[in-house]
Amino acid sequence: MSLSRADRQLLALLRGCALLSAVIVLLILLFLLRESWPVLRQVPLLRFVTDASWHPVDGLYQLTPMLSATLYSTLGAVLLATPLGIASAVFSRYYAPPFLAGLYRRLIELLAGIPSVVYGFWGLITLAPLIGRLHPPGVSLLTGILILTLMILPTVALTVDAALAAVPIAYVRGAAALGLSRWGLISGVALPAARSGIIAGIILAAGRAIGETMGVLMVAGNVVQQPLSLFDSVRTLTANIALEMAYATGEHRAALFVSGLALMLMVLVLVGTAELLFRERRYD
Amino acid sequence: MNEIEPVDKTRMNESYTLGPLQAGPPCCDPEPLIRVDNLTLHYRKKPALENVSLDIYKGCITALIGPSGCGKTSFLSVLNRMTDMIPDCRVSGKVHFNGKDLRDPALNVQGLRRDIGMIFQKPVPFPLSIRRNIELPLREHGISKQAELNDITQLVLQDVGLWDEVKGRLESSALALSGGQQQRLCIARALALKPKVLLMDEPCSALDPISSGVVEDLIQRLRGKYTVVIVTHNLAQARRIANYAGFFWIKDQRAGCLIEFGQCKQIFEAPVHELTAAYVSGSRG
Amino acid sequence: MTKNVLATGLIWLMAALVSGVFVWLLSDILIHGLPQLSWAFLAEAPENSGRSGGIGPIIVSTLLILLVAMVTAAPLGLATAVLLSEFTRYDSIFGRLVRRSLDVLAGVPSIVFGLFGNAFFCIYLGLGFSILSGGLTLACMVLPILIRTAEEGLQAAPNDYRLAAAALGMPRSAALVHLLLPSAAPALLAGLMLGVGRAMAETAALIFTSGYVDRLPNSLLDSGRALSVHIYDLSMNVAGGDANAYSSALVLILLLFIINTIAMSLAKQWLYRRVVSI
Repeated sequence: MSLSRADRQLLALLRGCALLSAVIVLLILLFLLRESWPVLRQVPLLRFVTDASWHPVDGLYQLTPMLSATLYSTLGAVLLATPLGIASAVFSRYYAPPFLAGLYRRLIELLAGIPSVVYGFWGLITLAPLIGRLHPPGVSLLTGILILTLMILPTVALTVDAALAAVPIAYVRGAAALGLSRWGLISGVALPAARSGIIAGIILAAGRAIGETMGVLMVAGNVVQQPLSLFDSVRTLTANIALEMAYATGEHRAALFVSGLALMLMVLVLVGTAELLFRERRYD
Repeated sequence: MNEIEPVDKTRMNESYTLGPLQAGPPCCDPEPLIRVDNLTLHYRKKPALENVSLDIYKGCITALIGPSGCGKTSFLSVLNRMTDMIPDCRVSGKVHFNGKDLRDPALNVQGLRRDIGMIFQKPVPFPLSIRRNIELPLREHGISKQAELNDITQLVLQDVGLWDEVKGRLESSALALSGGQQQRLCIARALALKPKVLLMDEPCSALDPISSGVVEDLIQRLRGKYTVVIVTHNLAQARRIANYAGFFWIKDQRAGCLIEFGQCKQIFEAPVHELTAAYVSGSRG
Repeated sequence: MTKNVLATGLIWLMAALVSGVFVWLLSDILIHGLPQLSWAFLAEAPENSGRSGGIGPIIVSTLLILLVAMVTAAPLGLATAVLLSEFTRYDSIFGRLVRRSLDVLAGVPSIVFGLFGNAFFCIYLGLGFSILSGGLTLACMVLPILIRTAEEGLQAAPNDYRLAAAALGMPRSAALVHLLLPSAAPALLAGLMLGVGRAMAETAALIFTSGYVDRLPNSLLDSGRALSVHIYDLSMNVAGGDANAYSSALVLILLLFIINTIAMSLAKQWLYRRVVSI
């Protein structure tokens, strides 16, 4: 490659910047490890799921209630947001008249930008009392699931919409020429053709749900317990960190960093899977 | 534009002005300026051009003809090292310009491209004013005195016959010009750098017939002062303007190669190779 | 045929449900937030833990945190994007490594950014709970968005410009400054706005980095409470803070709406310019 002197100087500067950008992730991992080391060093990993309870001050590090709260709330939210998100995308692409489609898409984009703390606040003030009337206390796994659903719905809707937009128009025309009904066309041609994009969208949304903090923290009640019903209060991994970091010291603090590390690993696995799926599609 | 300083006519005559339209070889000098010897070019593992050897003569117009995809554009790109911009592009063989090795990795490529300008098929005016289009490359090459820039701008625009059309709106966007005007602006922009050679990759094929004719006349006028290598699909055009012609063909469905090179008249009227004869008579290609 | 009708009904129903819930959410915040909203509310300091008074110092802190985040992340992001799109072949090892690590960075949960910011900026670098710590943490968070949008913007700049500039013997840096960056400018700005929006919406990463202090900060090393943190604190820790929490939420949503609209119109203008310039 032939570069002038000005170009070579610029290149050196750019390389430095890019290196810095790339190193941040390593720095994050490094500091998570460093801060969780005091606990990781002496507590075998198994004890995070076998200890009697979560009393980190007394050296008890049972994370299962938090893990299952995270798992259940994510699962519930994904189960609800997937049909709604797909329906939203299908609606704006195939059913709505043009002006409504544009409006609806804009609404979804707007929602994608609403801060999680606002969702949480609204859930706490409006949704939780309603659910509380059904079955107290109101701040519960169910409320958490509903708020998470709202939060990840735009992610699903927008990725599915993009995936549907990428379906070759020839497929759709071909199907229409065969006299397929609108739903036949969508369920038989468009959605299958957009399959990998849809799956990737769902996985991304799940990643967002796992990592979400404020929305769930504010509406799920934050009791450290294994939930037995949808109406039980739960505390997710993320909420646990947010609540206890304020006063945690020593090994307690280190234990929180361990859960942060666990969160990061879960999200990495999900992001990696989504990427793999997209990659495969690219080489199809 | 009113404060243009009086121009030193003798200096400018020497450096920019093209002179009257002349046809034919008188100002064409059969002295090789670029010598290409056994040039082969690969994209990734695929050969695009194989064993091309020819000389480009000083002050002459050399036309490269042949069907699409036979490596004519790749050949041009070797001459000003635009091949450097293409990843996975490998060049072998000898290319000398004015006795210098063109493939020398230590060669100052920016300087080389100043000496060997290039005009693309689609006119590429920058999204700037007409004036800035010409000044920007000049400033990059260290000419920064406004008076000098003004002079050069006026002269090159006069050379390409654009001055009278645009002198009142030099500050307006070059994108507002017509296709033919844009292409002439691009030629003016290249001329402003005082190149020795101009490489033209189908400079007329994206233009309407009238603009195409204007640009063709302009290319005719470049003869003598500049060495022109032009890729064209328009055989009649090649015949009208070129002193020398090279015919490229895709050999064995694999790589482009040079079938025949010679005086333009000979290529069109007495081709040696049967492929050339078939192509110029229109029965192949 | 019945299946088709059923599906049509169901899809309209779901779309109506989704819009209904969101209209409910937005109108709820509008109705409860609007009465307290006034210029005084925007300018005054919070009193009585935020139950009364306004959000003046909080808006200042929020803007300072955003400023720190963007002043740090924008040049770094732009430089990285330029390197990736103009100077690195897509499949080169360095480019691939940088891209991969940015993909990972984009997936890191915000609470983890909070942990990292606390451990690295507040404690390791000794910046304490401060606007600087919070801003730098957010800078790390928005970096992938900025880089991705800038890269897309640059890659959409006409390749003809690169070739023509090179053919005129111009250095790449000149083509970049005079031709490519201007033609990508709306995309760069739209990306910046997206980053600002994301940063402004963030709470979890700020709680343990920029802190809770609701006074007007004297310097970047003071702790400052962001608007989102204020909403969180009012609704969770302050009994009777709901009214002001509503208004703060309304202010936050309005700000984000404005930013989002600017980003959209920039992106549209950019698309339009691309279409007409071809």
